[in-house]
Amino acid sequence: MDGLIQLSYLAAASLFIIGLKRLAAPATARQGNFLSAVGMLIAIVATLFDRQILSFHWIAVGAVIGSALGLWMARTVKMTAMPQMVGILNGFGGGASLLVAAAVWHHLTQPGAVLPLDTAASIYASTLIGGVTLSGSIVAAGKLHEIIPGRPVLFRFQHLLNLTLLLASAAMAIYLLITPGHSGAFLAMTVGALILGVLVVIPIGGADMPVVICLLNSYSGLAAATTGFVISNHGLIISGALVGASGIILTQIMCRAMNRSFTNVLFGGFGAQVAPAGGDVSRGLAAKGVRETSAEDAAVILSYARSVIIVPGYGMAVSQAQHQVRDLADLLEKKGVQVKYAIHPVAGRMPGHMNVLLAEANVPYPQLLDMEQINPEFERTDAVLVIGANDVVNPAARNSPTSPIYGMPILDVDKARHIIVLKRSMNPGFAGIENELFYNEKTVMLFGDARNSLIKLANEVKNL
Amino acid sequence: MSEGVVILFVIFVLAMFVGFEVITKVPATLHTPLMSGSNAISGITIIGAMIAAGMGTTTLATVLGVIAVAFAMINVVGGYVVTDRMLQMFKRQPETER
Repeated sequence: MDGLIQLSYLAAASLFIIGLKRLAAPATARQGNFLSAVGMLIAIVATLFDRQILSFHWIAVGAVIGSALGLWMARTVKMTAMPQMVGILNGFGGGASLLVAAAVWHHLTQPGAVLPLDTAASIYASTLIGGVTLSGSIVAAGKLHEIIPGRPVLFRFQHLLNLTLLLASAAMAIYLLITPGHSGAFLAMTVGALILGVLVVIPIGGADMPVVICLLNSYSGLAAATTGFVISNHGLIISGALVGASGIILTQIMCRAMNRSFTNVLFGGFGAQVAPAGGDVSRGLAAKGVRETSAEDAAVILSYARSVIIVPGYGMAVSQAQHQVRDLADLLEKKGVQVKYAIHPVAGRMPGHMNVLLAEANVPYPQLLDMEQINPEFERTDAVLVIGANDVVNPAARNSPTSPIYGMPILDVDKARHIIVLKRSMNPGFAGIENELFYNEKTVMLFGDARNSLIKLANEVKNL
Repeated sequence: MSEGVVILFVIFVLAMFVGFEVITKVPATLHTPLMSGSNAISGITIIGAMIAAGMGTTTLATVLGVIAVAFAMINVVGGYVVTDRMLQMFKRQPETER
């Protein structure tokens, strides 16, 4: 029976790998996710036959509650709230690993039980990673949901405190290797990990959230893998490692898209301090003034263009304007305008954020172009419509070495013939950096909530 | 360090390499579903949680195990369902007009 269970775990892990591979292409992605879910079902059913399990009713209770909550969350969450949903799901995974480690530790430190050294080490690793994942994910989700301030929270000696906490938790783990049954030390280690998770995420600002979400995704996988070491289970180790690897790859992609090193994102506290020269620059730019436009005039520019590129940003997500974007694009296409979308890798608050929102609005994915594909096209484009994007279209990244975002690859929006920017107000973007694109003589600004502006634009286009 | 742990570690490292190979080529369009889909896989901790909840040990360990089962199930069910919801929206051609 044991061999059969182990083979079932192997089958599950294989299905996870095939599923992930299929997830790499839009045509097979849904099937891939289904295969992966089948793998999970096989793993769960196989575990029911494990000899270590003596009673099932408590498992059933937990499973029913968890499934109901998970189903409810997944069904009701809005697409615009997807970043915090992914964030909190990471937290639940990490939390589960932490709890399993604690339960096994308590079980094996009872009188008469034996706690082997390597199992103990695995338990402490699982507790630390799981704890950091749990509290870090809660803070990240809170920031994305705007319950916790999205701006970086910085204070003196922050890194020193983090290092101290990490070392103290590690010291507790080592102490526990020598005296395994000390529940005070176990509690201290757990609390240390939880506080560390909070402190690691709290200094990271809203625009850097895609990196944090990827990183926590990776942690939730590594936490599962350490659980596999705790209960000596191959299936858990393979699956956890897969997720850990995928999180690391996505983290790298995000960092590259911002031209920043991993450590810079983690320790930078980006956007907390305005660049020293910022004051002068912004005053100089403000003196130039921006050209405000009306929906009517903007509609004329768009309707008589041959080609239009739409650049969505976080502002589109905030005002939930994806359907209005699609409506406007449809009207323009009926008038014979060629419409494309330019997607910056870090637009929004998680990798692929804009793609999901536009997919919800039924925009066909071949119309969504990556930065490398679309950048050569801007100079041949008549009009660009920027919807609530800021830092990802800021030319300062190309030509202002003092700017905090200098070197970040951007969408070359300023090369198009006309630029229309939909924006709530002239407040600088998240990074607190002035955007010279708004003062460009080719740029006109249409102020207001993105959704309302798009409805007005669509009406004007209809009437032309 | 016992031989068993070494074997587990070998499996872990090799699986990481498989993960890197499989995931490197995912297009940007699918980054969010990839993340939530792989996140659902990390709910595999459910195996550990089930064992912890069912091994009939101390009350505390059982309580921790049951909460772990619930957490892991939220991760599994929520992750797969929400990924499927996202993926069914990705279409090559627009649907007939709403």
